Amino acid sequence: MTPGTAFFQDVDFITAAYIVAFSMFIMGLARLTSPTTAVQGNKIAAVGMLVAVVATLLNPELDGADFALIAVGLIIGTIIGVPAARNVKMTAMPQMVALFNGVGGGAVALIAWAEFRELGGDLSTELDVGIPLVFAAIIGSISFWGSNIAFAKLQALISGSPVKIPGGLFVNIALLATAIGAGVAILLGSESEGLFILILVASALLGNLAVLPIGGADMPVVISTLNAFTGLSAAAAGIALDNYALIVAGMIVGASGTILTDQMAKAMNRSIGSVLLGGFGGEAPAVEGGSGETGGTVRSTSAADVAILLAYARQVVVVPGYGMAVAQAQHTVREMAKALEKKGIEVKYAIHPVAGRMPGHMNVLLAEADVPYEQLREMDDINPEFGRTDVSLVIGANDVTNPDARMKADSPIYGMPILNVDESKQIIVLKRSMASGFAGIENPLFFNDKTQMLFGDAKASVAEITSELGQL
Amino acid sequence: MTSTILTSIAILVLAAFVGFQVISKVPNTLHTPLMSGTNAIHGIVLLGGLVAIAHADGFLSRLLIVIAIVFGTINVVGGFLVTDRMLSMFKKKPEPVASPEDGDT
Repeated sequence: MTPGTAFFQDVDFITAAYIVAFSMFIMGLARLTSPTTAVQGNKIAAVGMLVAVVATLLNPELDGADFALIAVGLIIGTIIGVPAARNVKMTAMPQMVALFNGVGGGAVALIAWAEFRELGGDLSTELDVGIPLVFAAIIGSISFWGSNIAFAKLQALISGSPVKIPGGLFVNIALLATAIGAGVAILLGSESEGLFILILVASALLGNLAVLPIGGADMPVVISTLNAFTGLSAAAAGIALDNYALIVAGMIVGASGTILTDQMAKAMNRSIGSVLLGGFGGEAPAVEGGSGETGGTVRSTSAADVAILLAYARQVVVVPGYGMAVAQAQHTVREMAKALEKKGIEVKYAIHPVAGRMPGHMNVLLAEADVPYEQLREMDDINPEFGRTDVSLVIGANDVTNPDARMKADSPIYGMPILNVDESKQIIVLKRSMASGFAGIENPLFFNDKTQMLFGDAKASVAEITSELGQL
Repeated sequence: MTSTILTSIAILVLAAFVGFQVISKVPNTLHTPLMSGTNAIHGIVLLGGLVAIAHADGFLSRLLIVIAIVFGTINVVGGFLVTDRMLSMFKKKPEPVASPEDGDT
């Protein structure tokens, strides 16, 4: 071994590299909070990660490790991760984040399990390792399974609407008690691997059952919570493995993730507690999916009629939602807006903080279509304008326009801030069918006298409207 | 032993304060990218896998760790890439579209 390699394998050198790495994480995160520096911030954090990984590979502790196995792991992970991130559609990004978060939690749980085996199963003599390991196993497993359910819900593999589990809260508490009980037994000296597996399984069930009852509209808050969880579990694993990089990076994510979750929940006028305590409203009676109370008739219209209505408007507000994202209609919408602007009609876009599946979803899509930033209006900014708006064009948005949130106290979304689309003079709703939104509830806006529905694929409909506009 | 664990806990506590402070008021638009960015950072668990494999004995332990390394790598690589794609809206704007401000007559 040359003196050079000895230097790079020095423990102090590696710790120094870790310090550089987590400094970069902190700088990166700070930059991610502002639009002008965000891109750079992400890159800084990524470089920090590279530094941390390279330094770890040089770690003398790894002498004698099977580098072939490490290579296999890194290569397989890259082969799966890169195309997944590259090819995922803008619309599917939220569930991708859930999935990436889940595997992180899974990794923590697996490491905890392997470390338990490595310690010969006896954690009672080294509680400073044992306690964090048990914690990492519980939280990692919850995060993995909870994230998978969040993914499945957003990907529509399972129903996005809240699933009521009988005795839900009680069952969850029992599962948590089981996991903690098994953990305590292990810490007291039981060397049974079965008990450790019981921790993982009970936590896994808890992860599943805790997320299942939560409606799809609340999923961003859930993913953010689980994200913070994974951070905490990583920090715990760091304590067990005595690895500062893990402790710092994990804890920073745990803490900042909590703040972020809180901000997200506030943007939706929800509290974290009410989201996590299962389904909309927690204790509130389950909502009947039926259309009984709303009733009324729905008027459908044609693209040509919509074009005429738009052509004679002074101000048109486009209200995009998940439907626009699914249809990838943002470019077509931009074309239509250009056609309207040519006629001297003012076009604005009303962006609800949680339109689509995630906060900021619509901004990303519309920016991709080069919609001028000044035309994107946040909810508080645009709401007073609806009264002066001749036509509101709702493209695949549903729950965020539901007036029940304002008026009907027993509605599951009561209190959620919405776009006051129903105040505009005319409302056109583009929708594929009369199916209800992600929250699984009826929207009286569709039955409003001022509302006309244009059924069909959003992209095709908008294209048709644009071509009709050209002929006027 | 005690001193090591206390050092770890000291670092943990400080990191928590940094985490709380670094995120102040975030515009709604950045909620998702920021979540995705923090998500990529906890991919640091990959290091745990790398360190653990050195002393993993037996087939099952090694298998668990290799899977953990795969998972960690997906978390890191996928996380940063997907965040970068989300942030594409904040990258260079090719053509500044002139928005006709209120068409008078």
